[in-house]
Amino acid sequence: MDRPLSHSSFLPPLFSSAPHPLSPPHSVPHPSAAPSVNAAERPARWSPYQDNGGTVVALAGRDYAIVAADTRFSVSFSIPTREFTKITQLTDRVVLASAGMGADRQYLHKMLHTRLAMYRHQHQRDMSLPAAAQMLSNTLYSRRFFPIYAFNVLGGIDSATGEGFVYGYDAIGSHEQLKVVCSGSGQAIVQPVLDQQFSGRQRYSVPDAERAPSLTLEQATALVRDAFASATERDIHTGDALEMWQITAAGVRQTRYELRKD
Amino acid sequence: MLRNQYDTDITTFSPQGRIHQIEYASEAVKQGSAVVGARSGTHAVLACVKRSVSDLASHQRKIFELDTHVGVAVSGIIADARVLSKFMRNECLQHRFAYESAVPVGRLVRHVADYCQRCTQRASKRPFGVGLLVAGVDELGPHLFETCPSGDEYELWAMALGARSQSAKTYLERHLEEVKQAKRDELIRLALAALRETFAAVRDAELTEHNCMVAVVGIEEPFRVYEDAQVAGFLEAIRPAPEPEGGSATGAPSASEERMEDTS
Repeated sequence: MDRPLSHSSFLPPLFSSAPHPLSPPHSVPHPSAAPSVNAAERPARWSPYQDNGGTVVALAGRDYAIVAADTRFSVSFSIPTREFTKITQLTDRVVLASAGMGADRQYLHKMLHTRLAMYRHQHQRDMSLPAAAQMLSNTLYSRRFFPIYAFNVLGGIDSATGEGFVYGYDAIGSHEQLKVVCSGSGQAIVQPVLDQQFSGRQRYSVPDAERAPSLTLEQATALVRDAFASATERDIHTGDALEMWQITAAGVRQTRYELRKD
Repeated sequence: MLRNQYDTDITTFSPQGRIHQIEYASEAVKQGSAVVGARSGTHAVLACVKRSVSDLASHQRKIFELDTHVGVAVSGIIADARVLSKFMRNECLQHRFAYESAVPVGRLVRHVADYCQRCTQRASKRPFGVGLLVAGVDELGPHLFETCPSGDEYELWAMALGARSQSAKTYLERHLEEVKQAKRDELIRLALAALRETFAAVRDAELTEHNCMVAVVGIEEPFRVYEDAQVAGFLEAIRPAPEPEGGSATGAPSASEERMEDTS
C-alpha cells in the first residue's frame, strides 16, 4: 500500500547534526554557568512533538479489564478542549488508550483500525488480544527513528481463556503483559496508588503470591476513580472528565465520570 | 488454434476495430457459475450459485465483503476476482483513512474499472478474466454496478452474469418494475427466483441452501452474506405452490404437503 499508509516519507535524515527531535527546542543553561555570548544567538529549534498531557490507566482481573483515561487536552498551561477522547475500541474485547501527543494518537488509532479491518477481511475474524498487542508494538517500532509520541496502554480479554490482561508500551514499542499499568503526565502520581492498592507491593509481611488482593470489577472501578481523583488534584494536565471502559465477556461498557476542572 | 489472425496480442486491433483478446476474456466471465444482482429504492441484493470442483472440495467463495456498505459477487477466474477484491478493499480503507467516510460506490467501481483497463493496454499483461456485480449503498442510495474485463462499467437495476445467465436476465427484465419497487424480502425473492431460472435447463440439479449464497445491503443495513442454513429461509419464499395434481418439481415433499393442507 502506498499514499497515507506508507512510512517511507517519514524518515528524517539519519545523520543530521541537528539535535534529537525529542530534545527540547532550546537548550537550558546550567544555573552556575556564566552567561554565554552565544546563548542569544542560538535560535529555538522547531519540534515536531507536543505534549498534550493526560493520564491513562489499564488494569485487569480474572475475567475483566478496565481501560481508563481523562479527557483533558492541554498545550503547556492552556486547555484547548476538555473533551478529547484518548481511548479507542479495537475489537469486541480489546481497548486502547494513548497519552502524549494528540495528533500522533489520532494517526496511530486510525492506522490500527485500518490494519484491523484488513486482518478481518483476510482471516474472517477479529484479532485476538495478544495479536493486537504485538501489532501495536510492530507499528510503533516501524517508526523507530521518528517515533509516534503516544504512550499506550492496551487492555482486554484473552479470547482463549477469558482472562483479563493489559499491556504497557513505550513510544517505540517495547511492551510487556501485565495486570496493571499507567502512563502519561499523571503516571508518577497514579503509579504508587495502584502499586499499593492493586498490587499490594508494600505488604512485606505477606508472601508474594498472596499480596495482591483479588479485586472485583466494582472494586477495581472504584480504585481507578480514586486514582484519577488523586492525579487530578496534583497534575495540572489531568482532569475534566474520566472515561472508563469496562471489558468483560458480555462486551464493552463505557461510563463517564466528572473530574475537577481546575 | 486461432479463431482469427488479429487475436494473438492484446495490443492488436482487428480491421473491424475490435480487440479480440478482451472479448475472449469476456468469455471467461461466461464460464463462471451464475450470479444475479438486483436493487430497489432501499436495498441491493446479490445471489450466486456456489460451484465446487468435486464432491470432495469446498465451494468457491463468490461473494466478497469489501466494506460495511459495499460488496461484490464475481463470475469468471476466481483468482483474478480475489486480486480485484483485495484492491477494492484497499481502496475502501484508503478512502476511510483519508476522508473518514464510506467511499461512494460509483467511485469505487470507477477505480476498479480503471485498474482492469490498465491491463488491457500493455503487451506484458493480460486482462482480468472476471466480471463483477458490485452492490452497495452510499449517500445517493443503493446501487448495483457491473464491470467487465475491458474496463467498462455500467450501473443497473438488475443483472446476471455467468453460465446460463440469459434465463435469469430474461426473468429480471420481465419483473423489472417489481424489482424497482421491491422491499427487502421481495427483492431477495426476486433475485433467487431469477437465479433459479439458470437451473431450469439443467437435469437433476436444483437450487438448495448448499449451493447458493445471498448477500444483502440496504440504507440502514450493513452488507452481510448469508449461507447454508441462513439461506434456507429465503429459499422457502420461492418454493412454488404445489400443482393441483401432485407434488411440485422442486422442494421437499413435506413442505408441499404442508401447503396442500393450507389450500385444501
